[in-house]
Amino acid sequence: MAAQTTKSVIVDPLVDNNPIALQILGICSALAVTTKMETSIVMAIAVIAVTAFSNLAVSAIRAYIPSSIRIIVQMTVIASLVIVVDQVLKAYLFDISKQLSVFVGLIITNCIVMGRAEGFAMKNGPWLSFWDGIGNGLGYGLVLLFVAFFRELLGSGTLMGFVILPLDRNGGWYNPNNLMLLPPSAFFLIGFLIWLIRAYKPEQIEES
Amino acid sequence: MSQRDSTVNTLLTATILCVVCSLVVSVAAVGLKGKQEENKMLDRQKNILDAAGLSIGEFGKPASELSREQIDELYAWVSEELVDLQTGEFVTDMDTAAYDPREAAEKADSSVEIGETPYDPGVGRREKVAKVYFVKKPGTNQFQQVVLPVYGKGLWSTLYGYLALKNDLETIQGLTFYQHAETPGLGGEVDNPAWKAQWEDQKLYNENGEPAAMVYKGTAPEGNPYAVDGLSGATITSRGVTNLLRYWASEDGYGPFLSQLKNSTSETSGS
Repeated sequence: MAAQTTKSVIVDPLVDNNPIALQILGICSALAVTTKMETSIVMAIAVIAVTAFSNLAVSAIRAYIPSSIRIIVQMTVIASLVIVVDQVLKAYLFDISKQLSVFVGLIITNCIVMGRAEGFAMKNGPWLSFWDGIGNGLGYGLVLLFVAFFRELLGSGTLMGFVILPLDRNGGWYNPNNLMLLPPSAFFLIGFLIWLIRAYKPEQIEES
Repeated sequence: MSQRDSTVNTLLTATILCVVCSLVVSVAAVGLKGKQEENKMLDRQKNILDAAGLSIGEFGKPASELSREQIDELYAWVSEELVDLQTGEFVTDMDTAAYDPREAAEKADSSVEIGETPYDPGVGRREKVAKVYFVKKPGTNQFQQVVLPVYGKGLWSTLYGYLALKNDLETIQGLTFYQHAETPGLGGEVDNPAWKAQWEDQKLYNENGEPAAMVYKGTAPEGNPYAVDGLSGATITSRGVTNLLRYWASEDGYGPFLSQLKNSTSETSGS
């Protein structure tokens, strides 16, 4: 890759090098939290914050991290940040944190965070690493929003909690697609998204 | 390079990192604790108000949309009491505000095993002493409703909720669940306001005094005073709700308390 600028580390992960669509990382939480737009947005912000600050912290101390324990060091930094984010959500966004339940805690296991810390922050300066974290978090968030948009609209007839398609069980006309409320539907949607991106950018197609 | 990877440096880095991280985590946890506890308490109060239908009745909107002051104002109607479930008597020698029934249900000495029962709530143990809530409009001396905490297993999770009874202690005012992890759109429809509204004026007991309230499989028959519509696509959650309602209404649950309460209210009102 050519010399990386602040702009390129933010923009690249959105489509060209999307952590979910190209690298197929962080799928687990993309399945779990995307039944609603609202929870997806909060989850995306939480992941952006964790990726950005863990990249910043790991990059800042990268010259002192002994290589034998570097993975453990990264994990410790990430885990601490996730706990802080979880505590903040519980204090200020109580209703949403109730819905997200364990999935905020599971950001620790999100491969994107660890992948960026090991793959980028260990080799680059703190400033660039911070923005790389923001960019990758945004790339993750975009996919989450895409999936959540269709799952909430087709599964519950709402967007951000506002009724778009009135449901038949509440006196409207729309018979919701229950599959959309179950995690497997996110697989199909992510599959469609990857197909779309690769039709538009054929260079992402892997050699078979 | 070799200095960075030396044993001494490795131990030193690990120690410093652990101390710094634990400091950050502790500061966040301790600093935000007050706010979190307040949220939890407010959440519980909102759910009690919703189960009792006070929020809709007084302000015309669900408790989640009320301001802090409005909740405080309405919650002043509610008084908390502790009840020994086995005898049905009030417990007066415990600190009511500090008592946490859910914590008690997890400890061996403050809980009992739920043995053989016709209606299995699927949770294994329950607390010995429950916390119930009386709703009394200011200026009146007869309570309007009593709100009972109920819980039991659904498909994925334990559903925790409140059952509000009218002052005849047989007619349901409302049922809300404040915590569960059922599938959104299927079992999660226990939160649907249209479904919850069906509970109002349903009967908890049949003529023989047996717990009879239930979630029907399919659309509840017209005129059945005990049944509400089933949740489509959520047979196990529906069955769980029926079981937990009947369990808590039975002699193993609030039965003794409710019959004592019924006796004492009919004595005082002289009927």
